[in-house]
Amino acid sequence: MKAPFATAVAIVIGLLVLAGYIVPIPILVSLRTLLLGWAVILVAVATVVGIINLARVHWNKAIRGEGRDYYSLIFLVAFFLTIVAGAVLGPTNPDFQQAVLSIQVPAESSLMALLAIVLAYASLRLLQNRKGILAVLFVFSAVIFLFLSSGLLAGADAVSPFKEIIGLLNRLPVAGARGILLGIALGSLVAGLRILMGADRPYRG
Amino acid sequence: MTSDQIDTIVGAGLIVIAAVALFVLAVPLRGRVRRVFRIIPGIVRLRRAIGLTVENGRRLHVSLGGGSLTGASGAVSLAALSTLDRIAALSMISDRPPIATSGEGSLSILSQDELRSAYRDGNALDQYDRDRGRLGGVTPLSYAAGTMPVIRDEQVSANILVGNFGSEVGLMTDAAYRQQAFVVAASDSLPAQAVIYSAAQEPLIGEELFAVPAYLQAGPFHVASLQVQDILRWVVIALILGGIILKLLGVSLL
Repeated sequence: MKAPFATAVAIVIGLLVLAGYIVPIPILVSLRTLLLGWAVILVAVATVVGIINLARVHWNKAIRGEGRDYYSLIFLVAFFLTIVAGAVLGPTNPDFQQAVLSIQVPAESSLMALLAIVLAYASLRLLQNRKGILAVLFVFSAVIFLFLSSGLLAGADAVSPFKEIIGLLNRLPVAGARGILLGIALGSLVAGLRILMGADRPYRG
Repeated sequence: MTSDQIDTIVGAGLIVIAAVALFVLAVPLRGRVRRVFRIIPGIVRLRRAIGLTVENGRRLHVSLGGGSLTGASGAVSLAALSTLDRIAALSMISDRPPIATSGEGSLSILSQDELRSAYRDGNALDQYDRDRGRLGGVTPLSYAAGTMPVIRDEQVSANILVGNFGSEVGLMTDAAYRQQAFVVAASDSLPAQAVIYSAAQEPLIGEELFAVPAYLQAGPFHVASLQVQDILRWVVIALILGGIILKLLGVSLL
């Protein structure tokens, strides 16, 4: 077996955390809290390492001779300016936060607006690309629920039999969503067990 | 008995049943009938796309999503890492090694680990490049924005988007569509699944996300996992029906 020590540590810690959830003994509960606290710190450190890696990738793209990426250069300038400003002024400084948000919020809003257009276009392509009853049902239900949530039926949802019909229509997606989520929960459970048994070892590199 | 205690007992019971079944079904026994799984068209086309990508000397891109390993989407991220492991192993002989992007720091480090171990297992460690496992961004939209240039500029001909995404996955599928690249996508988030169904070439819905490594021949534990999920599904159905009957009879366990 590769990485036996890492595997043993992962299994033991996984079992201790799981036991902390199932068996309400104070020592196991506090051990679980402690281990999860360590995990959160490790994840934070991993994020810093990931960001350094991201900067390195863009550095390599910005300095290469052939096919230099100027967007990477802009990224690096913005990245180092943000780091320096954050280090000098402090991350809680209102001016610093205002400056960052003044760039981030419009950029992300633009992406959301772009997403709306992309999805409208994708829905037009849907029936062209996907044949069958499921695609028709998908589009039909999307139109129905757009209509229901448009406000055009305001007031009608209090009158019988519209009230019952709208109630039934609103319950249909909840049933489907619960079915999908149950499947994902069972898949998650089994994926976790594979880690606990050492069958999956994503840390063995 | 309180509601929380009943939840804990039922949860622990499911975990024990799943663990025993997983162990028993993963052990290779002589005479055991080999299970044939249903055909999932998206995964069949993914296998074909992997072969074509390797033949054409193009690149595969695996996007692992932004699910934190300490959060509710941790298991989905682990399934995505298993998928990356198999894809790296299957496409190792390609001129262009696969590239993995993620939206979370620990996931990007683990993606580098998965790529490294796949290359080491294939005796090709000298081809490993740690920049092939990279962080796209740490917020959902910055992740999408950081991944779109990878899809556009890195000679990618097949994209595997498996993990925790939100509706921003639509931007990635659109970037792939513009490059006329193959896309198979799956997420644990319901809004993302709706987006994927309408925008991705090959959508995987619900628990099909967890089936990808098994269908890519990840090993006996992954195959057993699918069987265990089937068993658990029947257990959950029995529990739901039992609950309905008890409720109709007026019996309360609380």
